[in-house]
Amino acid sequence: MNSKTLLLGAAAAFMLSPVAAMAERGSSGHLNIIYWQAPSTLNPYLSGGTKEVESASLVLESFARFDDTGTMVPWLAADIPTVENGGVSEDLTQITWTIADGITWSDGTPLTAADAVFTWEYCTHPEGGCAQASYFDGVDSVVAVDDMTVQINFNAPKPFPYTAFVGSESPIIQAAQFAECLGARAPECTDANFGPIGTGPFVVTDFRPNDVIEFEANQNFRYPDRPYFATVTFKGGGDAAAAARSVLETGEFDYAWNLQIDPTILAQMEAQGNGTVVTAFGTSVERLHLNQTNPDPALGDLRSTVEGGPHPFLTDPIIGQAMSMAIDRALLVEVGYGAGGQPTCNVLPAPELYASTANDDCLVQDIAGANALLDEAGYVDTDGDGIREANGMPLSVLYQTSTNAVRQDTQALVKQWWSEIGIDAELRNIDASVFFGGDPASPDTFQKFYADVEMYTNNFAGVDPEAYMANWRCSEIPGPDTQWQGSNIQRFCMEEYDALVDEMATTADLQERGRLAREMNDMIIQSYSIIPLIHRGGVSAHANSLEGIRMSDWDSELWNIMDWRRAE
Amino acid sequence: MLTYTIRRLLLAIPTLLFISFIIFLIVKLSPSDPTAGLPLTIPPEVREQIRESLGVNQPVFVQYFRWLQLMVWNEPLHLIEGWTGWNVAPESTTRIISYQTRSPVMDLIMQRMPQTLWVVGISYIVGIIIALPIGIISAYRQYSWFDQLGTFISMLGFSVPTFFTGVLFIVIFAVNLGWFPSVYDTTHVVTDWDSFIVQLKQIIMPVMVLGLFNASQISRFMRASMLDNLNQDYVRTARAKGLTEKVVVLVHVLRNSLIPVVTVIALNVPAVFGGAIITEQVFKVNGIGQLLIIAIQSGDVPTVQTVSFIFAVLIVLFNLIADVLYGVLDPRIRYD
Amino acid sequence: MTDGPNQPLATSGATPAGAAPVMEMEAYRPPRNQWWDVWDQFKTHKGALLGLGFFIFALLFVYVGPLIWTIDPTFIDIRARNSGPSLAHPMGTDQLGRDTLARMMAGGQTSIAVGLTAMLLSLVLGTLIGVVAGYFRRLDGPLMRLTDLFLAMPLLPLLLVIIMLFRDQLRAAFGPEGGIFILIVFVIGITSWMQTARVVRGDVLALKEREFVLAAKSIGTPSHRMILRHVLPNVMSPIMVSATLGIANAIITESALSFLGLGFPSDFPTWGRLLFDATDWLQQNPERVMWPGLAISLTVLSVNYIGDGLRDALDPRIRGR
Repeated sequence: MNSKTLLLGAAAAFMLSPVAAMAERGSSGHLNIIYWQAPSTLNPYLSGGTKEVESASLVLESFARFDDTGTMVPWLAADIPTVENGGVSEDLTQITWTIADGITWSDGTPLTAADAVFTWEYCTHPEGGCAQASYFDGVDSVVAVDDMTVQINFNAPKPFPYTAFVGSESPIIQAAQFAECLGARAPECTDANFGPIGTGPFVVTDFRPNDVIEFEANQNFRYPDRPYFATVTFKGGGDAAAAARSVLETGEFDYAWNLQIDPTILAQMEAQGNGTVVTAFGTSVERLHLNQTNPDPALGDLRSTVEGGPHPFLTDPIIGQAMSMAIDRALLVEVGYGAGGQPTCNVLPAPELYASTANDDCLVQDIAGANALLDEAGYVDTDGDGIREANGMPLSVLYQTSTNAVRQDTQALVKQWWSEIGIDAELRNIDASVFFGGDPASPDTFQKFYADVEMYTNNFAGVDPEAYMANWRCSEIPGPDTQWQGSNIQRFCMEEYDALVDEMATTADLQERGRLAREMNDMIIQSYSIIPLIHRGGVSAHANSLEGIRMSDWDSELWNIMDWRRAE
Repeated sequence: MLTYTIRRLLLAIPTLLFISFIIFLIVKLSPSDPTAGLPLTIPPEVREQIRESLGVNQPVFVQYFRWLQLMVWNEPLHLIEGWTGWNVAPESTTRIISYQTRSPVMDLIMQRMPQTLWVVGISYIVGIIIALPIGIISAYRQYSWFDQLGTFISMLGFSVPTFFTGVLFIVIFAVNLGWFPSVYDTTHVVTDWDSFIVQLKQIIMPVMVLGLFNASQISRFMRASMLDNLNQDYVRTARAKGLTEKVVVLVHVLRNSLIPVVTVIALNVPAVFGGAIITEQVFKVNGIGQLLIIAIQSGDVPTVQTVSFIFAVLIVLFNLIADVLYGVLDPRIRYD
Repeated sequence: MTDGPNQPLATSGATPAGAAPVMEMEAYRPPRNQWWDVWDQFKTHKGALLGLGFFIFALLFVYVGPLIWTIDPTFIDIRARNSGPSLAHPMGTDQLGRDTLARMMAGGQTSIAVGLTAMLLSLVLGTLIGVVAGYFRRLDGPLMRLTDLFLAMPLLPLLLVIIMLFRDQLRAAFGPEGGIFILIVFVIGITSWMQTARVVRGDVLALKEREFVLAAKSIGTPSHRMILRHVLPNVMSPIMVSATLGIANAIITESALSFLGLGFPSDFPTWGRLLFDATDWLQQNPERVMWPGLAISLTVLSVNYIGDGLRDALDPRIRGR
């Protein structure tokens, strides 16, 4: 035992509750987890869904993970490389990770730098269709300096270099196991994809796609006393209400994920006393996008494109502001989200460094104010039908979102508030597989935005908002020429904004990056092309007998499952 | 009858080809997409690459013929190899690969067969066993209290959807009484009496829910058909001949009443293999129905296509069986 | 109608003529009197009368009710949410405080309309295809293969395709609700006729070989007359069963469609949808489940009894007994 393992042990002890030190591997017996959406594979590079990434995080690990406060903690690496400790080069084009001592795969072979290099090759293979390719964006090469040292070279300065091999989305896979599975051959390796060999606390014993996974403790795990659970069943299927019921009411399961159900129902289930509801907030924001281009069907192919011209009235910030003022966000939280939501006025609500406070007026509903604002701007009801007109055009919007009970309740409430300020809304809900599907042939995708207003949640992974804020550059506007690919959904375009995006890409100083991000956030919010509604958190529930849970929305919810244990 | 059967079987081949192509067109045209379930943090370029690697963007005809070749040639070879151990399939034979799990679709189907047959199959048998006597007695004693009760229950069973009865059963029997589990364990293996009891406990609720639904439907057809026949002249003749009531009803009338019932039963057997989407979801059975719905939602064309095709084969087969049975039940029916 | 119902058919059946009773009857009575006979027979069926009574009540409830109970079914009174039955809200409110009674009325309009029209569509299609396939041997093969095709079609992708192709045109022509109504009725209709067709065909195949059909054929009765006069009345009972099951099926399918986002807009209540939304509240507000559940079941039950009564009334062997 050398000094580094001692250090790791100390770090681990810090993460634990003091009593845990007494327990030993497997002493807590069996753990039942239910994810109502079942994982389809255990290779997160082949499917980037949350359910796949989180289930795989029991087995596969990366150099660093984010804890429940969003702080990076070294995981497979000895420490976090920074410019100060020399791990990141001065010109920000290179980061060097050192693998901690004594880490082996579950088959007993040691983890080496070659595995990381292989992982990079695996995900960046042009025929592979790797779902996590964006984590390797800008990576020029990954080099094994020696067995324990991995050097990542970027082709341009990277102010935030902690993307590749950080967090659950880009874990390290074993070169020996996946050697034959590069590129187009990736799907042929069913055994490897369904039972990856990892460094994590558990190993897969049985995997049934879209149904159930059985795990058992990894006997070669680096901490001799962990994981405390000997076996884990990871069941999928059903719906959120049923998952909550199985933990909080029948007690068949110990942990249930993503319980987006009516807060009243969830609270009554929790009151049965079997379990506890836990929440964690990351960066997810439920928001309204107001189409800045004209979605009129009469325009044909030019519908909702920049070429089709601006929207007849939603480009005026006054109308957007009135629409925002009319919404009682606190009530939306109370009715639809409960502990899993907080009212927000920012599209970038967290981490704290990036959260602006300039727009907080929106937290209070002000229907009279909204009416006054519209009256003042000359948008009045001229024909007596209760709906205001702008240049003879009634303020009547088509408001679409994906199918989901909470979203439909939100739609109904917002529609009523808007009717109180003389804006009429027609509601539409679209099956999520179509809405988020991005099929260029379908008129109902959120990118095509053949509507005036649409609502959904977006977020960014990790803690750095640079790529997220770059979503709203003019060049990101979707259109037919780009097969409707593009992330600037509301078709917002401002030269000053693009300039700030470019500036951020070259700024390394954290405080300065914070200022730039806040400024960009305010620019978007004050254009009222996005109306943020709810800062959404993950909602899960666990049995009262389960200890050690530190729920995080910055990484996999199961990031510290090795510390979970059954109360005595 | 034999020539008719052979002719129908031969005719089934072009029929199935046509059906499979139509299904393929519909599934391809349908706007759901394999990358729809991914988080929005995955950028559009990466999504496009994923689609490319799945072969989504190839021409429809190329994709269809590729699927057809795999379905009628590679998969059977693989199946033979699996059963006999002969090495007939060439090394690394390509198989139909699901977009979603990136694993062979046939393996997925095989994996889901046991729980589907346990739950949906048994519920169907239970449904038929309950429905036939209820239908017969209801018709024989038309407008008796038994008939009225039977009508009421079967109408209730058919008009209250399974998404409601399933949850109701869970609340009563799993939450309040704690008798049965609300989550079906697909990894459970029956090896002895105790494990059989466990299995029985976990299938009892879904079987009740589905069985009630099936029984309602079949008993209505049985009753109606029996009523039609009970008033026929031949029944009067049979009674006049001095046959016992039992023989009259259970031999003469029943046999002649079975034609619509046989149709309905045969028509729904393929549905057993198709699983029961809602009931499976409510009880987390994860059978073929769940496989299909998840595949549809995630735009998994190969899976939807393969499951639908197997479904189509079963439908054609069982409709043929029904037609042959007509001839057995009523020898006057001739097809030649 | 002076001599109307006093000529029970049993008498005519007992005349020594010996031909098919239907023919006999036509010989000495104007045809519309037959319907008075039917009504008379129908009246003696207590269940049918009760069913008819409830059905009329349900129609009045959903169409006349909103004129008396004028609360807007989409109006949200958030302070009153999740409340039980009270004077202000006789059936309670939902999780947004919308009045359940008003929503039951509005929902019933859609559900009954969808149920009846979709059932009729599927019944007409199913009966037509079943009778034609059973009667004309040459058409049997192609029509039954068509049935196989529809049976094998995966419903959800088909729906997504139909909605993608036609929603905007229908919305433009008939408005958002009218367009969706036509779409849903059409979709449910064309995907639920197969069972009726198969059942009817099976019966027709057997019927075709019966003596009275052979007899009618031998005197040269043309096909359309054969079908309308001899075949159709004798396959009435499976059709009636299909009709009752069809209404329930249509109402429930509609709720499943709405749930999947393929049906009516979300703020547009239907009974099926109300039941679905209320399922999660089973433990908290059980009465919320009760209203739509009862409404659907009783409507289906009443249609079933009406069907029973009609079947008896239309059967010349029973009528007048």
